Amino acid sequence: MKTKFKLIILVVAMAGLFASCDYDNYDEPGSFLEGNIVYNGEAINVSSKDVSFQLWEPGWQKSYPINVEVAQDGSYSSLLFDAQYKLVIPSNQGPWRTKINSESGSDTIYVNLNGNKKLDIEVEPYFMIRNSQFSVSGSNVTATFQAEKIITDAGAKNIERVNFYINKTQFVDFRSSSNVASVEIGGGDITNPASISMTLTVPELVPAQNYVYARVGIKIQGVEDMIFSPVQKVDL
Amino acid sequence: MKKFVYIFIVLFTLSWGCNDANFLDREPTNILIDDQIWGDNSLILSVVADLYDRIPEFQTISNWWNYADFDEGFGSAFGDYWRHKNSDWGYGEWAINWKDYYKLMREVNLFIQKADSELTDDLQTADKARFVAEGRFIRASIYFEMVKRMGGVPLILEPLTYDFGGDPSYLEYPRSKESEIYDFVINELEAIKNDLPNDVNVKGRATKGLVLAMQARAAIYAGSIAKYGATTPNVSLPGGEVGIPASMADGYYTKALSAAEELINSGTYALYNKKENLAENFTNLFLDKSGNTEVIFVKDYKLQSGKVQPFTVQNQPWSSAEDLEGGRLNPSLNLVQSFELLDNTFSTFETNTSEGDYVYYNSPKDIFAGRDARLEGTIIIPGSKFKGKELDIWAGYIDADGNITTGSTYGQRKHFPTEADPEIPVVGYDGPIDELEFSAQTGFYCRKFMDTATGSGQRGLNSEVWWVRYRLSEVYLNAAEAAFELGNTTKAADYLNVVRRRAGFTTDLTAADMSFDRIVHERKVELAFEGHILWDMKRWRLAHIVWNGESVELTNNPEKADEVSNRIFALWPYKYYAPESPNHGKYIFKEVLPRVVTNADRFRLGNYYSEINDETVNNNNLIIKNPNQN
Repeated sequence: MKTKFKLIILVVAMAGLFASCDYDNYDEPGSFLEGNIVYNGEAINVSSKDVSFQLWEPGWQKSYPINVEVAQDGSYSSLLFDAQYKLVIPSNQGPWRTKINSESGSDTIYVNLNGNKKLDIEVEPYFMIRNSQFSVSGSNVTATFQAEKIITDAGAKNIERVNFYINKTQFVDFRSSSNVASVEIGGGDITNPASISMTLTVPELVPAQNYVYARVGIKIQGVEDMIFSPVQKVDL
Repeated sequence: MKKFVYIFIVLFTLSWGCNDANFLDREPTNILIDDQIWGDNSLILSVVADLYDRIPEFQTISNWWNYADFDEGFGSAFGDYWRHKNSDWGYGEWAINWKDYYKLMREVNLFIQKADSELTDDLQTADKARFVAEGRFIRASIYFEMVKRMGGVPLILEPLTYDFGGDPSYLEYPRSKESEIYDFVINELEAIKNDLPNDVNVKGRATKGLVLAMQARAAIYAGSIAKYGATTPNVSLPGGEVGIPASMADGYYTKALSAAEELINSGTYALYNKKENLAENFTNLFLDKSGNTEVIFVKDYKLQSGKVQPFTVQNQPWSSAEDLEGGRLNPSLNLVQSFELLDNTFSTFETNTSEGDYVYYNSPKDIFAGRDARLEGTIIIPGSKFKGKELDIWAGYIDADGNITTGSTYGQRKHFPTEADPEIPVVGYDGPIDELEFSAQTGFYCRKFMDTATGSGQRGLNSEVWWVRYRLSEVYLNAAEAAFELGNTTKAADYLNVVRRRAGFTTDLTAADMSFDRIVHERKVELAFEGHILWDMKRWRLAHIVWNGESVELTNNPEKADEVSNRIFALWPYKYYAPESPNHGKYIFKEVLPRVVTNADRFRLGNYYSEINDETVNNNNLIIKNPNQN
């Protein structure tokens, strides 16, 4: 009798535990917010791990932002709970000026997330890199591109320098531990922004590989984050 | 009847028990109460000593690892290699812990309030004034520490108390402007100046000299933020919580110059000049506790009192270590090559001739010959001694074909040159050996603050060398910088020359030699490992230029302030083995990048003022966050 009673208690307790587990837990976030940072629909390439924006969800007692990192090709993706968010790009983030959003009357963007959503964020970059091309001759790689000045009003800024980076991996920017070569032109030495050409010699790679990844970037005066061309794989 | 007797007894007991009003009013035996403390000089001193002890600091001899955070030093210990593998500093790095700092601030405010109240009326007037002044000094120091890290912070000058009324919003204070905090520090020091003793022998407590030295330092910081902040317009906030208008620069520089000159001209202090050997003199300036006329303010230690510091234990050369550790802090070649030649010119180390052959040196010390005496005063170089013992820093044998024979442990022995020969050491007992902790992986050890007393390298004893927070030499450098920024290059050269003559320079710099690079360079070599580098690089807005994250080779222009220096380089001596050559047995040098150094340091604009975390902003909505972060 006593054992039976104990058994009953045990079963009830376990049933309670299992049932309550279900009750206690929240659903995991299930909606993707993804897209690109764009100018006229064209994605803006930046350095990896440097540019991010914030999502705020109003209505809580204390507010903490959700930071969303922008990948080097200008895309972003975040897995979130369905809610009404305010999307803010903090000042001095990215090589661009934010645009005034018609709905909020400021640069805040209201994001009503209900299921997966694609959202391209339109900004105004100071410069765009156009027609970047990489050509190989021997162990030399030549990059040619145009630097197009987008902002030409009072807020216009000049080029501080342009850089051409080559890396063994797909992550190509000034972060240099795996950069194999780079070359730089100062802003004052650029004669024709519509046709910039830079050449690099690829050193011997250890371990050997017959391709590299390349891209060019512009450092704008007074702006911390650089703007880049898309990464391109170059076969040697 | 019996009932009445009982009632009577109870009543009697109760009334008798209550008769003595003092029965429950006992003196506590575990704490001291206000009346006991504030009537007694020595007890007040112990309260204020505790506050002095808690003045926050960043790089000191009790946390050597912070010396390895920048380009001055390498951390030769497994747990610290990450410092050289990381690239970015977190935005929260160097931030104040809001809760701890303001808790301390409240205690200091309480101290000032009580020291200034009728509680201390029994003290002599001068003693009372001195304690109040010390409290205000400590408060000003803490605000100075806060503004260096965060920019403007809420300026709270009285102990705040919550009334439990349900609405704590009256305790919320907004951030002051950065300039207002600097003004507060400078003015507060001015106000207490004459309440403090003007005594060269008082080192651990505030003195008039210290107040002037700190005024000069605070004003020069504010002045350079105003002037050089103009080069980084993004590092500012519209409300002035971060950033100081350029128009205020001259005012601060003038203040810095006048405070520094008042101290210099008072004659209370003099540069330390006791030893014939200038390098030894420079070392001793940090070790000599008797009659030291240069040191102004220290954190003191005493053997066998529980208040000792382990800097010597942690950093003693491995070959002569008194315990099973040492050698952690290795000064970088970047710093070593910054020490100039005695003819006032700069030169990197000559490892190869222009034809590409090695340069051969009879002694490993020869390559460092003819330089600033502070080099050997600050750094233990190969071929020199520590505690009378010769160091053993060499990386192996190199033969005529360039083949290297070396070992993987301290002083490892191998059959050399052939298998038939007996075993001899093929590498120094101090290394350098890549990725072997405690070996001199850069080829150098640190000498500044290293205790030469026997036993100071034992964990059970440690060292009582004091931590020098302010010394006269820095005041000269502040005066020189302020004069230079105000356009008075003659005066700037004069003050700089005072410091340089003590380092062995016989040719004075002229007014025409003065440049911003000179000012920056002199502070770098004079004040290395004294906790200045981060604040200096921040206030000159050089940090994001010098530590820019791009891997570049070691500069050949160590005299230039804005040369990139974000990876730590090493200089390794090898013994040349070629029996048929006249150079057999001589030393050659190689510049190397230690294997641990895999990434270049990158200081982002958001690092200039540390991050205020969201918790703090949530607790006080008046707080504005610092720029360029998230």
